[in-house]
Amino acid sequence: MSVELPKLGGKFIQMEDEIGSMASIIGASIGGLKSMTATSGPGISLMQENIGYAVITETPCLIVNVQRGGPSTGLPTMPSQGDILQARWGTHGDHPIITIYPHTVPEIFEETIRSVELSEKYRIPVILLLDEVIGHMREKIDIEKVDKNKSFKRKTPDVPNEWFFPYERNSSGVPAFADFGEGYRYHITGLVHDVDGFPTSKPDQIDAFMKRMFRKIDDNLDDILDWEEYELEDSEYMILAAGCVARSAKQAIRTLRDEHGIKIGLLRPKTIWPFISSVLIDKAQDKKKIFVPEMNMGQLLLPTQRFASSICDILPFNKINGEAIYPHELVSFIRRNI
Amino acid sequence: MGKKRYEIRLSGSGGQGMILGGVILAEAAAIHDGINATQTQSYGPEARVGASKSEVIISDGEILFPKTSDLDVLLCLTQKAAQEYIDDLKEDGILIIDSYYVGNVPSKYKNIYKIPFSQIANKEFNTTLVVNIIALGAICAATGCVSEKALFEAVKARVPKGTQEINEKAARLGIKLVKEQK
Repeated sequence: MSVELPKLGGKFIQMEDEIGSMASIIGASIGGLKSMTATSGPGISLMQENIGYAVITETPCLIVNVQRGGPSTGLPTMPSQGDILQARWGTHGDHPIITIYPHTVPEIFEETIRSVELSEKYRIPVILLLDEVIGHMREKIDIEKVDKNKSFKRKTPDVPNEWFFPYERNSSGVPAFADFGEGYRYHITGLVHDVDGFPTSKPDQIDAFMKRMFRKIDDNLDDILDWEEYELEDSEYMILAAGCVARSAKQAIRTLRDEHGIKIGLLRPKTIWPFISSVLIDKAQDKKKIFVPEMNMGQLLLPTQRFASSICDILPFNKINGEAIYPHELVSFIRRNI
Repeated sequence: MGKKRYEIRLSGSGGQGMILGGVILAEAAAIHDGINATQTQSYGPEARVGASKSEVIISDGEILFPKTSDLDVLLCLTQKAAQEYIDDLKEDGILIIDSYYVGNVPSKYKNIYKIPFSQIANKEFNTTLVVNIIALGAICAATGCVSEKALFEAVKARVPKGTQEINEKAARLGIKLVKEQK
């Protein structure tokens, strides 16, 4: 990025640490620029406080987290899916957030564009969660085929200055964003604020603000949620997996179907937060079992159990030794457990 | 090559250009031959001492799982790399070794090309810097996993300016050395 971004007219800044990186992308975005940062391991923990600031100030930005083994310095350069729940609840306080989880190199490219778009559209930080396995990999992409022109322009105010409310309540739930320094004078704070941007402790104003923050996401799940169904049509069993584990799952499904005649398919959330709960409930209906392989001790397992445990059996497969899950491991686990 | 998944690992010691070799091989397949390829490598402490490796998967179908598990081809430029990685090679897989540095390999492997890459590089080019490119030529000729034309194009696109000619010669030499042993 430091080499390529300036060539395209972008700006690259090296900050002193991840706290500073997160703060500076928030500042850049408030100034009207599309901004992003990237990290791995403990860096995402350092970013969490300011991610909360981006949520409450409704500042669009993109945070890329290439997961590695933890906690702490953990396993540099080795894969893990330990941050799935942190991507949802890493910053304190009740809040909405969007997390996208691609599984191939070309998909990272496309989903980065989509993540920025969602972030700008709903004025919310988006976390692009990656696996080391894919993050350190070269893979083919046909750049010409990617739609690069769908870039979303954030909604800006068109009212006179004295009519402008930076956190107005409108039907979309997303207030227009005035780039700081462009003429509209307003206040930004990490405290809960009213429509004018100034702190409030009045319960009715707090309630209205908090509920709008959730509503702008909850009312637009059709636009935000995305997932892939692989060989699910006639399947009796289902794997729910994300990121690189979904690739192991697809390879395992090929073997289970072609060599063992087992009707099994994959449900792969591309948007993992908010969770694809209604899709899961729908797909789980005719399944005998759902397998949830993860490179952690059961993080995607929790929402899967929450929404589908009353429908069918759910079996976790967990590996936390710093290695990817190999397809043959899934094949034997699934064959033993059906 | 048919609809086949082909798993290749290049191994040697740090500084022998195994990672660049893997990148060139993957680009030959994905960009110049127009099929699919993934390339991965070892990072971290493991990559800084002892054996260094780079892995390429080539397929004309979709590559689902991007890590290697059953190698079709293993290149070993050092004895340490051979000891570290040989167990991942299929019994009918192709083993290509630098015969000056790799003395012993398990007898179960029958498809072996023994080429003293580093000595030949020194003799023909007066440098061992091209060892990885000679080895790519050898892999290309031994397996047919990429076309010769694609390999030359990928080599020329990746090596530093001014060294294209010597590197293409190195690739051609690798091809010739394997054809002599076939």
